[in-house]
Amino acid sequence: MGAFLHRHRGITPYLLLAPGLLWLGLFFLLPLAFLGYQSLQSGSFPNYSFTWEVGNFAKAFTDFRPQLLRSLAYAGLATVLALLLAYPLVYWIAFRAGRWKNLFLLFIVAPFFVTYLIRTLAWLNILADEGPVVGVLRDLGLLGADGRLLATSVAVVAGITYNFFALMALPIYVSLEQIDHRLLEAAKDLYASPTQAFLRVTLPLSAPGIVAGTLLTFIPAAGDFINAQLLGTPNQYMLGNVIQSRFLELIDYPTAAALSFVLMATILTALLAYARLIGTEKLTG
Amino acid sequence: MTATTYEPPVAASRLGAGVRAWRFVKRHLLTVYAVLVFGYLMLPIAVVILFSFNDPIGRFNYVWQGFTLEHWRNWDGVLGLREAVTTSLQIAALSTLVATALGTLMAMAIVRHHFRGRGTANILVFLPLATPEIVLGASLLSLFITARVATGFWTIFVAHVMFIVSFVVVTVKARLVGFDRHLEEAAMDLGADELTTFRKVTLPLLAPAILAGALLGFAISIDDFIITYFVAGPTQTFPIFVWGAARVAVPPQVNVIASAIFLVAVTLAVVNVIISSLRAGRRTQGA
Repeated sequence: MGAFLHRHRGITPYLLLAPGLLWLGLFFLLPLAFLGYQSLQSGSFPNYSFTWEVGNFAKAFTDFRPQLLRSLAYAGLATVLALLLAYPLVYWIAFRAGRWKNLFLLFIVAPFFVTYLIRTLAWLNILADEGPVVGVLRDLGLLGADGRLLATSVAVVAGITYNFFALMALPIYVSLEQIDHRLLEAAKDLYASPTQAFLRVTLPLSAPGIVAGTLLTFIPAAGDFINAQLLGTPNQYMLGNVIQSRFLELIDYPTAAALSFVLMATILTALLAYARLIGTEKLTG
Repeated sequence: MTATTYEPPVAASRLGAGVRAWRFVKRHLLTVYAVLVFGYLMLPIAVVILFSFNDPIGRFNYVWQGFTLEHWRNWDGVLGLREAVTTSLQIAALSTLVATALGTLMAMAIVRHHFRGRGTANILVFLPLATPEIVLGASLLSLFITARVATGFWTIFVAHVMFIVSFVVVTVKARLVGFDRHLEEAAMDLGADELTTFRKVTLPLLAPAILAGALLGFAISIDDFIITYFVAGPTQTFPIFVWGAARVAVPPQVNVIASAIFLVAVTLAVVNVIISSLRAGRRTQGA
């Protein structure tokens, strides 16, 4: 066997890749193809037939337009909030936490050690009508007419922000941690104020982390349905909720399949727009 | 990884009192902010653990009533909970094992070899990470329905391997990039063939990265709800059990299991952090 491999060095990488690629081909690419096939079917359960039913896709922009827009808005808001919350925190860890850095990083990852559903249910407890948060906000007069936090868009966005926080924080930390401190000293020697040094050295150098964090947060946020279902009402439902209920409750596979592709296309479009924004900013800056 | 402050020492007298005061406030402002955000991150965890000790009146475990150890003592007193936890552990262990093997081999091919289709392989590995989980779950269910495969334990296993593989590849790849290939060449010069070199040199050196990938995979598998929900059929994992319970009332035992998983994971992580800090400390002392 060893001698065989030595004589045919060219095929070694293919042998190494084969099992994994086979798995991904069978259980990732093939299912996507089937989903595509199903998205163009029409009829009703259990008799669907393939008819190039493009109308399934149109539904996303007519029947389910509010949910589609909500997916984008909630995921976008949660991503921005996570960025604003995470950046100063990981900046503090990278530059001020000294040798306890890894311990503080553990605090960021810790929520992941509590099952996703359960940490969302914990927010249900915290934001509950009889809970302390609602009490304080009500006293301050910051709540709407019905005096509730649960079942509002605020609760859903807060839940999404919390759930994907680490995905934003860790990439930014990695890029901040790699910054050569001598560059900051050089900036200081050249009479840059701390603010200038931050804006012209630290921030640009952490840009790759911000980009990675944004992608990693936005993708699962846009496809989420748990937060809207547990912390919201049907008025907060996102595209994920529609896909989930069409697929598993209403057994309307074609619509669910078409909506899945619309979700992917929407995420891709949003990311491309973001990439362009970053690109032009870099060009002009 | 040294703890240098990036501000060079400036003679205090050269700075105005106002500037110094502003610096002081600013430095502590950031620290206060960090403490607040840490509090925000820890709050739900504290709630989960706290309510595992709650003694609820009636079915709903939302309002604090009183302290009890009853749910910890009687952790599997809820029908189906023990089976769900066991299923979760079995699927996580099996799928991690398979995904780690497949992922390590793929990472080796992609990093160590130049071959036609390398870019395509890279993209194919990355794609599942960029696809929303709900689409992964929906498409798999779509395949299983069309192929008339009954969903259950094995379809969950297949799905978990599929999405853990990419995480393993990314983790192992990161380590392989900085790998010193001279060690392998030395082994070959000394007459070891490729397989022996792999077994005696490559594998031991890669072990930490493989372990890290495996742990990540295990954690992701045990936590996954969205994909599992689509392909589970009648099989219940722990998250699926919680989802079912959440529609009625979540029993405090669910908090007990969640707290236990959390405590085990945190203990492992803290031990790891301490060991690596000690090692790093010894290395810098030696240098």
